[in-house]
Amino acid sequence: MSLSDLTFFFVVALTIGSALYVVTSQKLVYSAMALFFTLLGIAGLFVFLMADFIAGTQIVIYVGGILVLIVFGIMLTNRISDVRLSHTSMQRGVGGVVVLLIFAGLYKMISSAPWYLESASAPESSVKGIGKLLMIEYLLPFEVASVLLLAALVGAAMLSRKSKS
Amino acid sequence: MNDLNIYLTVGAILFSLGLYGVITRRNGVAVLMGVELILNSANVNFVAFARFGGMNLSGHIFAMFVIILAAAEAAVALAIIINLYNKFGTVNVDDARSLKQ
Repeated sequence: MSLSDLTFFFVVALTIGSALYVVTSQKLVYSAMALFFTLLGIAGLFVFLMADFIAGTQIVIYVGGILVLIVFGIMLTNRISDVRLSHTSMQRGVGGVVVLLIFAGLYKMISSAPWYLESASAPESSVKGIGKLLMIEYLLPFEVASVLLLAALVGAAMLSRKSKS
Repeated sequence: MNDLNIYLTVGAILFSLGLYGVITRRNGVAVLMGVELILNSANVNFVAFARFGGMNLSGHIFAMFVIILAAAEAAVALAIIINLYNKFGTVNVDDARSLKQ
C-alpha cells in the first residue's frame, strides 16, 4: 500500500467520520466544527480527482463563506445566556432505517451499473480548460448565476432586516 | 486509489448522512447542514465522473454551479431562519407551521 493510498483512506475516513458526527452530535457548535472537517475532506477528495480549481473553490466558498454564515446563524438564533446550544433529533430509528434502505439501493446501483469509463491523462492544471468552457460553452449559465447571486444578496438583506412597522 | 466505485460510494454515504440529518434534525440550522452535505455528495459524483469519463471538464463546471447555488441558498435560508427566530422565538422547523403570526 503506497503512501498515496494511505492518504486517500485517511481523507475518506475524515470525511465520513466527521459527516457522521455532523448529523448525530447533540451540540450544534460541534456539528458546525465537524462540518468544517467534512468540507476539508471533500476538498481533499477533489485533489485526488485532479480537480485543483474545484478544490480551491470548495475551500474558499464552503469553508470561508458558507460555514462562517452557518456559525453566524447558530450564534444569532440561540440565546447566548442559554448555555446549552444543543438540539434534539426526532424519529432516529425510522429515519435511520429509511436512510439505510436508500443507501443499500444506491450501493447496489453503483456496483452493478456498467459505467462509462475512459482513461485520460490528467492535465497539468484544470484552470485553463474551465476558463475556456466558462467563457465559450457555458457563458449564459455563468451570467445567469451572477444575476442569481445578486437576487440572493438582495433577498437575504431584505429578509433579515428588522421591519419598521 | 483510482476507482470510480469508491468515489461513488463515498458520495452515496455522504448523501445518506445528509438525508438522515435533514429528516431527523429539528433545528433549522442543522437541517441546513444536512442540505450542504447532500450538495457536496452531488459534487463528489460530478467531479468523479469528470475524472473517470476522460477528464471532461464539464463536470467541473457543474460542480462549480452547484457551489454557487449552495452559497445563494445558504444566505437566503439563514435569513429565513433568523426571521423565524425573531417571529416565533424558536428555530424548530416543526413549529413553523403557519404562514402568518
